[in-house]
Amino acid sequence: MPPVADTKLDCVGLFCPMPILKTREAMKRLTSGQILEMTSDDPASEADMKSWTARTGHELLEIERNGTVFRFFVRKTR
Amino acid sequence: MARSSAFSSARPGSAGPGAVVPRVYLDYGGFSPVDPRVVAVMRPFLEGGVGNPGAPHSLGLEARASLDGARAKVARLIGGTPSGVIFTASATEANNLAIRGIALRATGRHIVTSAIEHVSVLNACRDLEKQGFAVTYVPVDSEGRVDPEAVARAVRGETALVSFIAANGEIGTLQPIDALGRVARARGVPFHVDAVGAAGRVPLAVDEAHIDLLALSSNDLYGPPGAGALWVRPETKLAPMILGGGQEGGYRAGTENLPAIVGMGVAADLARLEGPAEVARLRELRDRLLAGLLERLPEARPTGARGEGRLPHHASFVVPGVKADGVLLELDLRGVAASSGSACNALTGEPSHVLRAIGCDRDALEGSLCFTLGRWTTASEIDVVVETLPAVVARLRRLAPR
Repeated sequence: MPPVADTKLDCVGLFCPMPILKTREAMKRLTSGQILEMTSDDPASEADMKSWTARTGHELLEIERNGTVFRFFVRKTR
Repeated sequence: MARSSAFSSARPGSAGPGAVVPRVYLDYGGFSPVDPRVVAVMRPFLEGGVGNPGAPHSLGLEARASLDGARAKVARLIGGTPSGVIFTASATEANNLAIRGIALRATGRHIVTSAIEHVSVLNACRDLEKQGFAVTYVPVDSEGRVDPEAVARAVRGETALVSFIAANGEIGTLQPIDALGRVARARGVPFHVDAVGAAGRVPLAVDEAHIDLLALSSNDLYGPPGAGALWVRPETKLAPMILGGGQEGGYRAGTENLPAIVGMGVAADLARLEGPAEVARLRELRDRLLAGLLERLPEARPTGARGEGRLPHHASFVVPGVKADGVLLELDLRGVAASSGSACNALTGEPSHVLRAIGCDRDALEGSLCFTLGRWTTASEIDVVVETLPAVVARLRRLAPR
């Protein structure tokens, strides 16, 4: 069972740096503990999201992959 | 050419409404002021009396002649045939046209490039990956150089394109384009070169380097923004990107941006005629900047290649213990405009893909400082930076001691 998201963000079709920029903006609108579900089909977004969450401290709960589309679940930690 | 800085007070108001006029401008890699001689030639094309190059009347014929003249000038800069020049709106568009245009017509579904390309090349390649293409991102060494033998090993029977940037904008490293071109030609694979930064500054001739597609930026040559070009070797199979009325050989439809294209032509001519003398002058100033800074900040680590292996107008380094974006902000407050060399990571705050690829993960978190010199850079501007940067670093270290 994937985590239950509080907000969903569709970044399919976008490329670096847009998925990270939009994720950062969406996270600002969440409160600590809430979960963002972001979908992207940029092949670079898996590495980018791992690096971004490691640097910012937000918790990357799960990465699903369906064909070329990634689904990231991120919990806001602060 | 009496301008003391890029946005000199000799041209009041030229920096735009409300803008603080920087005393020292060392971000030519990000944007170059347009040469006044280019502006002078462009002016009548903006102010009227010139038609659409596709029109059947005499104004149209004059416009057509001006367009063809610009094509010849751009081709001469890179030693190519004029008919191979396709004008675009930017080098980004030219890179997209090259990569996607080749991929659409090719039978093979594999591309070879590097991990430190411009984002317009990287994202075009990632888009092809989504469509089932395989892309090999050949790694680079600690100075950011690609090994031609590694490229030879990466090329397969189904490789549709080999694409490398001639000079990296963030760390200044030049690629061995001639050797890479020989590899591609030996395997019969089209060779695309993003020549922004390198064209007009280092020798680059499409025949000698076996280049089949080459992307240029107008503004990089002190021409107006809003123009670029892709040179394509005759007989290269390329699909169009923008469909319409058949302008630019049908590869890039839409009425030509004649003022900008004419400006780009003049800029290319000036780069070809004045480039060698300008490069010698800038190399000396760049070396003075680097020597002065390393004397006062011995812990600073230059990034990219040294000496002849890098762009002559480009200095880049990491200062341990201070973040580059903080340094750039402080420099700006003191009237010095510089950059990190990467617009992409300035937006996200993420470590740049270039610094990660050259293997300095820790440095990447601090970020690299990039100073790009240009046509109006003076020795006194360099001396200001040599004095200012160490003071800024000392101040930031006092504010945030480790």
